[in-house]
Amino acid sequence: MLGFLIQRLLQAVAVMVVISVLVFVGVFAIGNPIDVLIAPDATQDIRLDTIRRYGFDQPLWKQYLNFAASLVQGDFGRSFVFNMPVLQLILSRLPATLELTLVAVIGATIIGVPLGMYAGYRPNAVSSRAIMGLSVLGFSLPTFWIGILFIMGFAVELGWLPAGGRGDTVEVWGIQWSVLTLNGWSHLVLPALTLSLFRMALMIRMARAGMREAMLSDYVRFARAQGISDSKVIFGHVLKNISIPLVTVFGLELAATMAFAVVTETIFSWPGLGKLIIDSIQSLDRPVMVAYLMLVAFLFIMINFSVDIAYAALDPRVRSGRT
Amino acid sequence: MRRDASPFLRFWIEFAENRLALLALGVVILVVGAALMAPLFTPQDPYDIGKLVLGDARRPPGHVGSGGYVHLLGTDAQGRDLWSAILYGLRISIQIGITAGAVAFIVGGSLGAIAAFAGGRTEALIMRFIDLQLSFPAILLALVISAILGQGKWQLTVALVASQYAYFARTAHGAAVAERAKEYIEAALSTPLSSRVVVFRHILPNCMPPLIVVATVQIANAISLEATLSFLGLGLPVTHPSLGTLIANGFQYMMSGRYWISIYPGIALIVLILAVNLVSDQIRDQLNPRLQR
Repeated sequence: MLGFLIQRLLQAVAVMVVISVLVFVGVFAIGNPIDVLIAPDATQDIRLDTIRRYGFDQPLWKQYLNFAASLVQGDFGRSFVFNMPVLQLILSRLPATLELTLVAVIGATIIGVPLGMYAGYRPNAVSSRAIMGLSVLGFSLPTFWIGILFIMGFAVELGWLPAGGRGDTVEVWGIQWSVLTLNGWSHLVLPALTLSLFRMALMIRMARAGMREAMLSDYVRFARAQGISDSKVIFGHVLKNISIPLVTVFGLELAATMAFAVVTETIFSWPGLGKLIIDSIQSLDRPVMVAYLMLVAFLFIMINFSVDIAYAALDPRVRSGRT
Repeated sequence: MRRDASPFLRFWIEFAENRLALLALGVVILVVGAALMAPLFTPQDPYDIGKLVLGDARRPPGHVGSGGYVHLLGTDAQGRDLWSAILYGLRISIQIGITAGAVAFIVGGSLGAIAAFAGGRTEALIMRFIDLQLSFPAILLALVISAILGQGKWQLTVALVASQYAYFARTAHGAAVAERAKEYIEAALSTPLSSRVVVFRHILPNCMPPLIVVATVQIANAISLEATLSFLGLGLPVTHPSLGTLIANGFQYMMSGRYWISIYPGIALIVLILAVNLVSDQIRDQLNPRLQR
């Protein structure tokens, strides 16, 4: 197990280095940041001075090394637009995104898995077909369109829920949370539902496929032959067996959902990271873009890593390398 | 079913058994046809800025504008006839979706097949990179690339290809590895055929069924991704609105009850994506050997 752990850890570090190079070079190609930093009527001296101060006169590989060195020390540089440390900026926006993502993914799991299991248990029932129809819709509708429909229906026509913003927040450990107030929830429901519909469709499909396969397997037939009730078979045996792929999807989707939150946050003007990255792309705020992409990459790698470890813990065959 | 029927005919007969898929195919053909022949069915060229009258802007459906004809679906913020703008927008969406899908198909398919054929280090390197990319959400990659390249049709296509070719490569690789181990490839390799011929004339054609399935899914995805990027302001410019741009432009007027600017282009988009998905579902079921009776 220890060897496995070290091997995966080394892999993760290598991938992180490769991504940091790609991100740096990629973002470097966007526009000329000097135009954002200096007023157009600045003198040549100020121009050159600024270029030197930000290190733009150095060759690309040197800039990368400087960037990597400060990155290791936890310094992501300063935002060109907000003129504050990027790390601080991102950390101030992170809770809103985290909150939205967690509510969306947990909601999708709590609703999607039972629905999918039911659809797999009774594959031909009308209700199961309706559930699968719902999942096709969840897959097909682009996120932004779902959001628009929700705003249109619940905010404009019915006027039940607000169309944007975060609502009242409560401060816990210096961080603002919307999930702790009723008003915050009323702001959270629509964006979270928008974000979760695709994940829910995925969970439904996975749970249904796993359930169908499991119900035909020998262990279920045996358990049934012993006279154990269906509910005991399903919740005692089947759930455990279909949970491995579901755990993987849950973990992977957590990170993917954070990335997709870009769209949802823009529609509902949710003040999270996604809105920040769209704004910074439009204003060529390089340090913010680099830091955001590195953060997302880091999250992805960490989650992949944890899923690998969880897999190894759940499935002894993976641990010993016998796949 | 007749036994002497050609494979294509047999495929078609089986396809036609699913009424929903048949209906969806009809919708796809109708929408694509209408979009291709857009100038014939539309009263206005929405890209001709000289013809746009600002006095006609944001009029509800049924309004008779200064052009003397009825705006069936109303007008947008620039005074465009929405019905015309939707058909022209569909044209762009379909064009980009198919181009991106086809290029991603060719690039990804070849890359996957070459990796499987080459084996060893080349394979490990290519597939590592592709796995790495697949673990990253496509939308984020497309977002960053279109931010780097800027607005425009081909920039958008490049961004879509870059974020989608990996799916084709993964699928082609999986299929090609299975084909590579078969005897006919061994036989082909024992003849003095160049490896290029073996890869592209022998291996790749046999990897087609799964690749076609991925292609149908990815074309729908490309259309949806294009709309999303345009909605976020990173896709196509306002002067040549795609469906996503139209929806984005109408979004700000929705709060004041002018629903039609966003809703109608959105409905067109959904109908197209849903129909393509239903068709691809049926094709997937038919091409999946595990579901064969």
